[in-house]
Amino acid sequence: MRIPILKLHNYLLISIQIDLDDQSAIEFQEDLLNKIHKSGATGVVIDLTSVDIIDSFIAKVLGDVVTMSDLMGARVVLTGIQPAVAMTLIELGIHMQDVQTALDLEQGLIKLRQELEG
Amino acid sequence: MDFKPCVNINKELDIVGARQLGRTRAKELGFGTVDQARIATAISELARNIYLYAGKGKVCFEVIDQLDKQGLKVVASDEGPGIRDISQVMQDGYSTSGGLGAGLPGVKRLMDHFEIHSEWGKGTEIQAIKWVR
Repeated sequence: MRIPILKLHNYLLISIQIDLDDQSAIEFQEDLLNKIHKSGATGVVIDLTSVDIIDSFIAKVLGDVVTMSDLMGARVVLTGIQPAVAMTLIELGIHMQDVQTALDLEQGLIKLRQELEG
Repeated sequence: MDFKPCVNINKELDIVGARQLGRTRAKELGFGTVDQARIATAISELARNIYLYAGKGKVCFEVIDQLDKQGLKVVASDEGPGIRDISQVMQDGYSTSGGLGAGLPGVKRLMDHFEIHSEWGKGTEIQAIKWVR
């Protein structure tokens, strides 16, 4: 299943609303990088409000897509990580360092604007 | 209660099927949101291990009723290559898959009880229990 990527000015917005299987996660990674390339977006918000499980594989794909986007010149902020997901990730031993996060989509956009527009 | 006890793991998509069924079972048993996430994540890791290392196997669920408590038992079994050195795979940070899985120590932390039996060349069985609080 393809995850829709919306363009808003020079930002890309994604809300993940499916239980991500490995294949969908990898496809999303490719789609997002292609979309950054095509649109010239400088900021990306990936909203995870509807995601109720992030296992080690999905965490790795998300962490990688942040680094890959950064290489292309786009800053990524992950938003809306649920309390249960945050607790589970840390207990599992996954520390998503170097990943920008914000409470929700609104805060994520504010964060991006501050960083990119000074 | 209609209780489908096992999910066969043959393809990557079965990992999602296993964790979704596990979450449903956990919810039915009265686990809270955080424990549901813990159980589903643990199942996801165990199912992925089966898929990555053994190719196929199964994840089974069992309700445990004791006098003073109730729990969900997850049994992940395969007839894959087995684990040569269990103490090594139980170390944090150990991986043979290039960091794809957080590994078994993470699963152990997410659950209340964790047991592993493995025979080199014959397969692996992991039992993990979470008690309803």
